[in-house]
Amino acid sequence: MVDKDLELFDCGHRACGGCGAALAARLVLKGAGKNAIVVSSTGCMEVFSTPYPETAWKVPWIHSLFENASAVASGIDAALKKQGRPEKVVVMAGDGATFDIGMLCISGAFERGHNFTYICYDNEAYMNTGIQRSGATPYDASTTTSPAGSHSFGNKRPKKDMPQILAAHGAPYVATGSIAYPADLMQKIEKAVNTPGPCYVQLHAPCCTGWGFEGNQTLAIAKLAIETGLWVNYEMVDGKVTKVRKVVRKPVEEYLKTQKRFRHLFKPKRQDAEIATIQALADRNAEKFGIDIKIPKKE
Amino acid sequence: MLEITEGSHAVADAVRLCRPQVVAAYPITPQTHIVEALADMVANGRLDADYITVESEFSALSACLGASAAGSRAYSATTSQGLALMFEVCFNVAGMRLPIVMSIANRALGAPLSIWNDQQDSISLRDSGWLQFYAEDNQEATDLHYIAYRVAEDPAVLLPAMVCFDGFILSHTYEPVEMLSQEDADRFLPKFLPPERLDANDPISFGMYATPEYYLEFRYATDKALKDARSVIKKAGEEFKAMFGRDYRAMVEGYRLEDAGTVIVAMGSICGTIKDAIDEMRAEGKNVGLLKVRVFRPFPGEEIRQALSKAKRVAVLDKNVSLGATGAVALEVRNALYCSGVPVLDYILGLGGRDVRKKDIREIVTLAEKGSGDIFYGLRKEVL
Amino acid sequence: MALAIGCRARPGKAADNRTGSWRVFRPAFDHEKCSKCGTCSLICPEGCILEDEEGFFDPDYAYCKGCGLCAEECPKEAIEMKQEEK
Repeated sequence: MVDKDLELFDCGHRACGGCGAALAARLVLKGAGKNAIVVSSTGCMEVFSTPYPETAWKVPWIHSLFENASAVASGIDAALKKQGRPEKVVVMAGDGATFDIGMLCISGAFERGHNFTYICYDNEAYMNTGIQRSGATPYDASTTTSPAGSHSFGNKRPKKDMPQILAAHGAPYVATGSIAYPADLMQKIEKAVNTPGPCYVQLHAPCCTGWGFEGNQTLAIAKLAIETGLWVNYEMVDGKVTKVRKVVRKPVEEYLKTQKRFRHLFKPKRQDAEIATIQALADRNAEKFGIDIKIPKKE
Repeated sequence: MLEITEGSHAVADAVRLCRPQVVAAYPITPQTHIVEALADMVANGRLDADYITVESEFSALSACLGASAAGSRAYSATTSQGLALMFEVCFNVAGMRLPIVMSIANRALGAPLSIWNDQQDSISLRDSGWLQFYAEDNQEATDLHYIAYRVAEDPAVLLPAMVCFDGFILSHTYEPVEMLSQEDADRFLPKFLPPERLDANDPISFGMYATPEYYLEFRYATDKALKDARSVIKKAGEEFKAMFGRDYRAMVEGYRLEDAGTVIVAMGSICGTIKDAIDEMRAEGKNVGLLKVRVFRPFPGEEIRQALSKAKRVAVLDKNVSLGATGAVALEVRNALYCSGVPVLDYILGLGGRDVRKKDIREIVTLAEKGSGDIFYGLRKEVL
Repeated sequence: MALAIGCRARPGKAADNRTGSWRVFRPAFDHEKCSKCGTCSLICPEGCILEDEEGFFDPDYAYCKGCGLCAEECPKEAIEMKQEEK
């Protein structure tokens, strides 16, 4: 049972006001409990929570390098096994550390089947270093290394499908979640932490500073991502999709127009072809996961 | 008990006797026999450790980092390209003050690719904050592992340690080695009890970041710990000598040094060859001696100065080259002898596994007497 | 305080950093409208909204950054963002 009143993340951290990742950290810790040993990679969450000597973490926590959280977690898992200790190993890493520079270590750790939970807070770019594109940056998002301009519509590639990649490694439990649905998020964390073997949870954590919206819109935008089908909340057990959040779908435009990183799709000129491509991505998600709530036709 | 064994196997046995709880290593020539032997021991119940078959050296040391932080004695082994791949993690481990011990079967660094011995790999990490021991023979390679853990885990030190021994020359050679019993090893090396670890009963944040206000002080503290290790090495050496007879108290060791006019300074297996060459030259009336450096970090500057201040000339043999400058050991020896008036000549040799023979040592002494040095010794001009 | 070996720390010092000084807008909580659902407390990125003895909620203004998420998400519109007086 998740204790939602358990507070393991201290005030005084330096995240931007309205930060999705900070909320994710608080909620994840409620789901994981005080027996969690957290391994963080370099990134926003690590930086805003641990300038010596101010640490916001009330659980044992370790940060080593940008790309090796999974390898460090593997070592902790081995040590806890040898010492016969009950603590749970939980990695908290951003999309940069997970999708890109950390691929080597995460693949190795999942292949070896270590007992740990890997949680990726996905704000869809290398935010800590100033909003550069990552393998998780969505199609046509403008970042500082994939900027929109007279010769470019922004990021040219769709999101890498990390959940699928890790399910293919044989992960017993893989899930996606969002800060838009905190109770669901905490439950998934609790489930992952209590499932033996390497589990992966990818959490959508919109970034007001990086995506270009007001800090009070973080949860509204997270919800829109799901309602437009650009982000799907689902669970996979032993590689098979078992649960999906269904929605009455909204056109992707409603999501895109809320964020400065997509503004070039509307100003100075509306880019119909690009918006249609993004709509097709959402439609494909909808079909693949079956997210559309079928509204019976009125006769 | 005395065993005739391959260097790698002697090292693996020493590691087993140290009771690591976590072994994480990636195979690389010429260290492979060590990690294979350890895997075999685990598979047959002779070593009670969790053996992680990591996917790269980078992950090997990262896994050891996690294990050590969680309170388990951790071990890895590598060389050359593998050590280079660990570069980032090496600095991280030292800065986080985690007493991991790692065997380095010294091998040349590519490019060009070479699987053969020189000391470029570990020397290139002399800035990292790791203790560095260099073994002359398989007995030293073995014993230095017990010493390394003992010193590394001392509360006054808490730093990682490399035990370096020449790849193939030592790792793949059979020599008689006196092995400790498990009882003896346990007497010398107590259980690993770090003052702090990752523990839900006492949450601590490891590896925070330091602003400019604090960073310099952390670096000073790490530097101080490495320098404080000198007295811990001496203490550990005293304990080892008292229990087992072999003497590791000193960071440098003289051989026929007393009245030597020309002193050779070197590290590693080459010292064996040098000793034989010195015996020959002494028999002919030349007063040559050797100063063997067994601990390179912390650097025994004072000891070197004291040992060499009366020499007429010093010939440093470097199995490495700091490209664009000269050999790293010579650079540091010169620094130690600053203002002493003793000339230091550098001979870069043996790179990429090129054999160094007694006749080479004799020739070098002749060159040194003529004042001719700071060269790549044995350069094959016809091939250039 | 002595320098911690290896750049480590026990929890507690983050609370020294009073992030309430960042605020431009300040949330005002109306307990008349509040239904005690606890949403504000759950979704605050700072975790600074605390329950009182009667089950109502109030932010700790020492840490509240004024992001406005609580006001946006409150189902009873019981929270209003007002310009901070400096």
